[in-house]
Amino acid sequence: MANFYKDNDDIRFLFRHTDVAGSANVCEEGFKFAGEFDYAPADADEAIQNYDMVLDSLGQLSAEFIAPRAEDVDRQGNVLNEDGTVTRAKGIAETLEKLAQAEVMGFTLPYRFGGLNFPNIIYSMAIEMVSRADVGLMNIFGLQGIAETINAFASEEIKQKYLHDFSAGKVTGAMVLTEPDAGSDLQAIKLRAFQDDDGNWLLHGVKRFITNGCGEVLLVLARSEPDRSGGLGLSLFVCEAGPTVHIRRLEDKLGIHGSPTCEIFFDNTPCEIIGERQRGLVTYVMSLMNGARIGIAGQSMGVAEAAYRVARDYASTRKQFRVAIEKLPAVRDMLIDMKTVIEAGRALLYETSRIVDMEIGYAKQLETNPPEDKAEAKQLKNESRRYKRYAGIMTPMSKYYCSEMCNTVTYDSMQVLGGSGYMRDYACERYMRDARITTIYEGTSQLQVVAAVRGVCSGTAEKLMAKLAGQQFDPEISDLLETLAKGRELLTESVIYVKGQGNEYMDLYGRAVVDIAIDLIIGYLFCGQASTKVDMQVPVAENGSSDNGKTISMKQRKAIIARRYVTKNAPKITALAELIRTGDKSTFTDYEALVGPVQELG
Amino acid sequence: MAYNCVVLIKQVPDTKRITGDVMNDDGTVKRSALPAIFNPEDLNALELALQIKEKFGGHITVITMGLPAASAVLRDSLFRGADEAILLTDRRCAASDTLATSYILSCAVKRIDYDIVLCGRQAIDGDTAQVGPQLAEKLGVTQITYVEELTDLDGKTITARRNIGNGWQQVKATLPVLLTVVGEANEPRVAAAKKMMKYKNACTPFEVQQRIKAENSDAVEAEIKELVANRCSKLEESGSLIKQLDLDDVEADLNWCGQSGSPTKVHRIQSVVLAAKGSKQIEPSKEAISDMIHELIDDKIIA
Repeated sequence: MANFYKDNDDIRFLFRHTDVAGSANVCEEGFKFAGEFDYAPADADEAIQNYDMVLDSLGQLSAEFIAPRAEDVDRQGNVLNEDGTVTRAKGIAETLEKLAQAEVMGFTLPYRFGGLNFPNIIYSMAIEMVSRADVGLMNIFGLQGIAETINAFASEEIKQKYLHDFSAGKVTGAMVLTEPDAGSDLQAIKLRAFQDDDGNWLLHGVKRFITNGCGEVLLVLARSEPDRSGGLGLSLFVCEAGPTVHIRRLEDKLGIHGSPTCEIFFDNTPCEIIGERQRGLVTYVMSLMNGARIGIAGQSMGVAEAAYRVARDYASTRKQFRVAIEKLPAVRDMLIDMKTVIEAGRALLYETSRIVDMEIGYAKQLETNPPEDKAEAKQLKNESRRYKRYAGIMTPMSKYYCSEMCNTVTYDSMQVLGGSGYMRDYACERYMRDARITTIYEGTSQLQVVAAVRGVCSGTAEKLMAKLAGQQFDPEISDLLETLAKGRELLTESVIYVKGQGNEYMDLYGRAVVDIAIDLIIGYLFCGQASTKVDMQVPVAENGSSDNGKTISMKQRKAIIARRYVTKNAPKITALAELIRTGDKSTFTDYEALVGPVQELG
Repeated sequence: MAYNCVVLIKQVPDTKRITGDVMNDDGTVKRSALPAIFNPEDLNALELALQIKEKFGGHITVITMGLPAASAVLRDSLFRGADEAILLTDRRCAASDTLATSYILSCAVKRIDYDIVLCGRQAIDGDTAQVGPQLAEKLGVTQITYVEELTDLDGKTITARRNIGNGWQQVKATLPVLLTVVGEANEPRVAAAKKMMKYKNACTPFEVQQRIKAENSDAVEAEIKELVANRCSKLEESGSLIKQLDLDDVEADLNWCGQSGSPTKVHRIQSVVLAAKGSKQIEPSKEAISDMIHELIDDKIIA
């Protein structure tokens, strides 16, 4: 039986290599739920057993039920009916029912609302598998952060009203943020929230590009303080689909056809406020977006994995010049690069997810059960702050890296298939279309760089790397660690230079600075994997008839990957560092001369 | 109204994976060499029962007759939403043909308060499709075989569409009734997360005993007995004890069970050679031949 968990050696390896038990420990808050809920685990081993079983079951559903429907879903898309309702593609509707039966729609919600209380590290694995099966489905399965936001910030009454239904898969949600004139710049939001004479909140205005806007529960960011411009005039509201919520249009778009993108008109829609006034954007939506960014990184992983597999399969069977094309240097190099960046993205995303688990876990402990001992409490506070800072740079880095990576991989996948890949007979072209949105929504790559570069320049990235460099490594890769250490020196020099040139320069060369930091962090993560304590055997490619069934130790394999990755990236890092220190400011000084006047579009 | 369903399931060797390695010289299959799975159409039967329960309410009991290891498919049933699981296991069941099997199962089903009995159309190891119909006769209830769709369930009346090979037939019957369900009826759900987390340690008294023995290798029999009883009552409290019955428990007449209750005799086993229909020309090179052989191995045509 096909299974996207069992057939993915890297996910299964990382499940064991990563400190999943650490995530379980903080998530289960000392395993205090075991007495109260009959399905809650009593210790870390049991939690890990639970995660493994659920991933296995979801891997089977993804491979056997969801994936076979994806092509039809892409062709069908969604339909806006005359009465304003939206009919989803048949495959999506059927899949939502199966996901509800599989009890996975409250993946990270607390037990008391019928959720699984799983950590983010496991959720990221799940999102990857589901996205590999149907990229657009992630926008429902992977946006459980909507329910999580309600859980984190709404009143108990609102939680009780909605969260049980989310867990049971009876409702889906939408993040209703974007407006025609407020995309990346959410501070410009105009949609009005006002109170009637009885103090009830109502919404009025238009929202655009709303993913799954036809969902039943909508989280709406709106201007509650008419006199106040900017982010502090905004609050977050929750409302239900109904007669005052009009879907006016479905976007006709390039990819992710399983996910309806709606324009919504709110005509004095009754709603309830989440948390406190004025904290909508600055606190709640920022938290919601961070979760969503990790979700998009997971989605990117899924589509990249799917596209790679098509290319890998094709390259081994397609013959040109009397050999399988995988024997041609240019093609085999492309395949190795695709596989390497996929594992790089996964390393980065899973480490990020683990860090987010620690961040949330420590914050929760401080809030609900702080240590009585003052020194201990202080230490916990420091740890909590540290993880918050790490999560603050790793989240945009993961979103940026994985989404750019999946665009490269889907592009190269089509390149491997050549003319066949350009045709609709193969899934490559669908993957390429589906991948394209990932660098755009939930914050463009450019915005992710802005979010990450401050953390790199303030020294957080260096602290994180120093911590990663302090692990126990195998002596065989000590030369790689020296290479990485040199890279860190170059990064430090680049940061000093950039800071000396001011903020504008920092934004201009931010991408180069962040690229160096990401490459180094991934280098350390690969070296960590190459020094793993939980080795396993994995099959190698067949190369002739005699070596069928041959395997290699994953640890050994990861050492090869680490070597290739670190060695090939070192000259790139040197080049980037030199680029940063050219001091070239022509972007500012010569824009007019270089781009010329605006031309007729013809 | 709510309906109580009994679903009969079987653990079978995964016959899709048959290659030369798992064949005996006499042409029979080495069962132990193949992975044991949930018989596919039994999953369709369970899915139909779950859909009935979701719509109307009621209780689902799953029964399997087999070796102690068959508890795996019972656990799987609990994961998918069955309420109760029963393992019917007894050495004296060995060598039962379809007649003896349906008799033994009828003894177990008779002890349960049921409205609808559901079976898969047939098991992939024997492909007889006889046990369901024979069981209906022994229970004295109406049978609807080859069910592809349950079109209506209203009070004591059930309407179902049968796939009769060259067309469909819509039939109506009064409960209680036995259905045999075909693979086209539905797509079975996967195991549900919370149920897996809850029932993952569900086991039979036999399995409890094995585990206790392994954990306490130097304990005397009386101690083991007490430990087993304690563990079993704990499991029962949490709903994780799979009930285990033998032929005495279901008051079966031993003359109708096992070898003595099985009139079926295997006349002969025939080796069927399929004649080639298509052909493919390959280059007369070592590499091309090797590729072809690998392709055939991959397709499980040769091994």
